[in-house]
Amino acid sequence: MNIDTIQQRLLEEVADLHDVPEGAYNLRANGKSVGRNTTANIDIQSKPEGNGIDIRIKDGTTNESVHIPVVLSESGIKETVYNDFFIGENCDVLIVAGCGIDNCGNQDSQHNGIHRFFVGRNSHIRYVEKHYGSGDGSGKRILDPVTEVYMEEGSTVEMEMAQIKGVDSTERTTVAELKEGSKLVVRERLMTHGEQHALSVYKVSLNGDGSSADVVSRSVARDTSYQKFDACIIGNAACSGHTECDSIIMDSGRILAVPSLEANNIDAALVHEAAIGKIAGDQLIKLMTLGLTEAEAEEQIINGFLK
Amino acid sequence: MLELKNISFSADDEGGKNEIIRDITLTIPDNKFVVITGPNGGGKSTLARLIAGIHPLTAGNIIFDGTDITEKSITDRARMGIGFAFQQPVRFKGLTVLDLLRIASGAQISVGEACDFLSEVGLCAKEYINREVNASLSGGELKRIEIATILARDVKLAVFDEPEAGIDLWSFNNLIRIFEKMRKSDKSRTILVISHQERILNIADEIIVLADGKILKQGSKDEILPEIVGTQYAAGVCAKME
Repeated sequence: MNIDTIQQRLLEEVADLHDVPEGAYNLRANGKSVGRNTTANIDIQSKPEGNGIDIRIKDGTTNESVHIPVVLSESGIKETVYNDFFIGENCDVLIVAGCGIDNCGNQDSQHNGIHRFFVGRNSHIRYVEKHYGSGDGSGKRILDPVTEVYMEEGSTVEMEMAQIKGVDSTERTTVAELKEGSKLVVRERLMTHGEQHALSVYKVSLNGDGSSADVVSRSVARDTSYQKFDACIIGNAACSGHTECDSIIMDSGRILAVPSLEANNIDAALVHEAAIGKIAGDQLIKLMTLGLTEAEAEEQIINGFLK
Repeated sequence: MLELKNISFSADDEGGKNEIIRDITLTIPDNKFVVITGPNGGGKSTLARLIAGIHPLTAGNIIFDGTDITEKSITDRARMGIGFAFQQPVRFKGLTVLDLLRIASGAQISVGEACDFLSEVGLCAKEYINREVNASLSGGELKRIEIATILARDVKLAVFDEPEAGIDLWSFNNLIRIFEKMRKSDKSRTILVISHQERILNIADEIIVLADGKILKQGSKDEILPEIVGTQYAAGVCAKME
């Protein structure tokens, strides 16, 4: 793979990659695919239109992984990429995506990853997506990902989404449709600082009996940043759904949490929770009595909260 | 050695100042187990918090091992070897028991070392080490974890603010055993406990009775305990639990 040190650093941040990943991967840097590997069970093909990839995972593939990180290190790149995952039946696979932008220039850099997952019956997918931005240019680092998940009977998807640093503006949309007995678990971690803006919208439709969803967001808004968390769970069958938004505000940070539920079936059991507040004074005092300074205590509390 | 010299503390109250601690002078010698008792609202917890630096004094000085710590922050006092266990242990979303013990010890201690501290307070370490210090833990469990953080810090002076508050009788019996063990330990450590539990008073070297912000009585356990047994200053365990 031909990548420079900035790109290497971004890869470490978004995909914990220190070297070429094992298994299937597609690495995209500055708008081009710069490395790809397929396996006997996992195929990756460029779309004919050239604007993304199709990832096909064979029935019964287990203990394999797919890495598809994206890095942008040139200022002024704007791209929208469509990646479709066709996951067979009875699979158990880890998928690591993520995007790192380093923008030292004065033009905005933007990557919009549109990911669609078609998850076959009884398959289990773990999906990890991290976003990271760096660089001291005046150009903004913008990420507007869309994730669509279509889940067949008995499938499970665990999604872990994290955006901790450096992304100026993000609008994340996640849509999921679940059939009978399928299960979606989402853990989102978000920290915004400076004048950043982050919007996260979920629309989860529980269409099959015995389906369930658990969507939990933990976030911290510092400085003058703004976040909106808008999660809607729709129960169209005998299902169970839970959404939770737990947030810490600091400085002049602002957060709007809009958890919502829609029950269209008498046997839909849906719950939502939301809490926003500053760090409790007692928590700071407790850690200070253990020898930390106030700033160190604050850092420990936030690190733990976003862990 | 901890010396309190003419210390006072007033809090803002409706329509004026409320004097909670009134000109107290007191010496807590090294390696003693000292219990401060007294009626509710008498200033016991406030005194403990003044020693830890959580509230500033209105007047007077606090000397710890010969250094005037009156103006020192909570952090500075902690680093000098003062430990403080809260009456209501604080909960943290996300921080685990292991995280808290590591912060307390000031080092990246191993899981094994952390487990030793939990075992000392009677918790099955394996079950607790990766638990979050959040609302899923009971009052008794939190209390013991709180004490484990004090053990992990290896402090010279450990201040416990009403350790019996908010726990059940079974946990209370365990708590007494932990204090007895700490008292017998050969570590040079002064233990200062705020409590009006007779069973805690019973293991004290010295007892101080605080009422209305002043010291009412002070002396050895043998001297003071018989005078206060059966009063609100030395309650039986069931009286408290009711």
